[in-house]
Amino acid sequence: MRYRYFPGCTLKGQAKNMENTTMAAASALGIELVELEEWQCCGAVYPLYEDELISLLSPVRTLAAAEGEPLVSLCAACHHVLKRAQELMQRNEEARDKVTDYLEIEYKGEGRVLHFLEVLRDDLGFDKLAEMIKKPLEGKKVAAYYGCLLLRPSKVMQFDDPENPTIMEDFIKALGAEVVKSPYRTECCGAYLSVTEEGVARDTVAKILQSARNAGAEALITACPLCRYNLENCAADDGKEPVQVYYFSELLAEALGLQYKQLMAEAKERRRVASDSK
Amino acid sequence: MTASNEGSRLIDEMKAQSGQDPADCYQCAKCSAACPVTAAMDLLPHQVIRYLQMGLEEELSNSKTPWICASCFTCAARCPRDLDLARMMEGVRLTVLRKREGNKFGPADLTPEQLEKLPQQALVSGFRKYNK
Repeated sequence: MRYRYFPGCTLKGQAKNMENTTMAAASALGIELVELEEWQCCGAVYPLYEDELISLLSPVRTLAAAEGEPLVSLCAACHHVLKRAQELMQRNEEARDKVTDYLEIEYKGEGRVLHFLEVLRDDLGFDKLAEMIKKPLEGKKVAAYYGCLLLRPSKVMQFDDPENPTIMEDFIKALGAEVVKSPYRTECCGAYLSVTEEGVARDTVAKILQSARNAGAEALITACPLCRYNLENCAADDGKEPVQVYYFSELLAEALGLQYKQLMAEAKERRRVASDSK
Repeated sequence: MTASNEGSRLIDEMKAQSGQDPADCYQCAKCSAACPVTAAMDLLPHQVIRYLQMGLEEELSNSKTPWICASCFTCAARCPRDLDLARMMEGVRLTVLRKREGNKFGPADLTPEQLEKLPQQALVSGFRKYNK
């Protein structure tokens, strides 16, 4: 199984361990992720007014660069932007002509745009994944945290049921862990409000974490670097044992028996060496 | 204050650029029940649509609410009229941003600690939402 891979800015920075653990897991699962050459940031938010064409240049360039092969990303925001940009290119001929003329490329909205979790569910299959697990996470109580961008708007994202999704729970089950369902799993974490209105993000995060803890979770999984940042940095210290936040890929690598902690330590060391040599 | 949205440029643009017509809303307020950040808003989400219906552009331009909206799309997912309020909020933000000189929020507004800690995604999305 071969895919083109779009990392996005955060996967090469703060969320490097989501990339490292996914790469290790993908290669163990026989999934080939070929990174696009000379990719650019997707823009992080999809422009909601259709005359904001400049914001579409980067995602459309990325979509065309996949050359019709399935395009995979890991970051929920990148996937959201790419998927919606593709939908606009399919639907709005005028916007498409302007953008592709400016970029001097041919693109008509073709190619599958996938999140890595969809690759695991739809192409590999969770049954097959379960068979390949070497160290099942038995007894670990894990809650899924979907957030917004993978699910909504569901007509475009077509990721799962927007109100009652199951993909992450099925993924947790495949890893051999115990699924904990928390009512706030599809609520927004506050997103970029942690930049401008941190108090608002603190309130949303408190509800999400409390809801997961009350449901009995010891860990939460997410596919979004900003969700993770907010869940970790905007959480109030109430003296109780905190719910651990992981990227889905970290638990995947662990269940596949890969030395993800070692991988992360190596990546951290590489970053330290790189910043020392500046 | 104008009491009607007849001939309103904001509404005309909103229909053309987001496909959303505020007149389609029947004020059930499901969006306000769904929104996770209403506590910080000065107008509730359904009130923003009511203000749009009334053509109260100036009041909307001075409201805090569009800047609190984090575009989580929960309102749109629950709307029985299939309206996308997140797109209307973007319309109000863009109207303000396109009129004003300079950006609403930039790197200079961040502390060195924030610049160190925040993930790239937070910075890019924050700058995109609050800038031209």
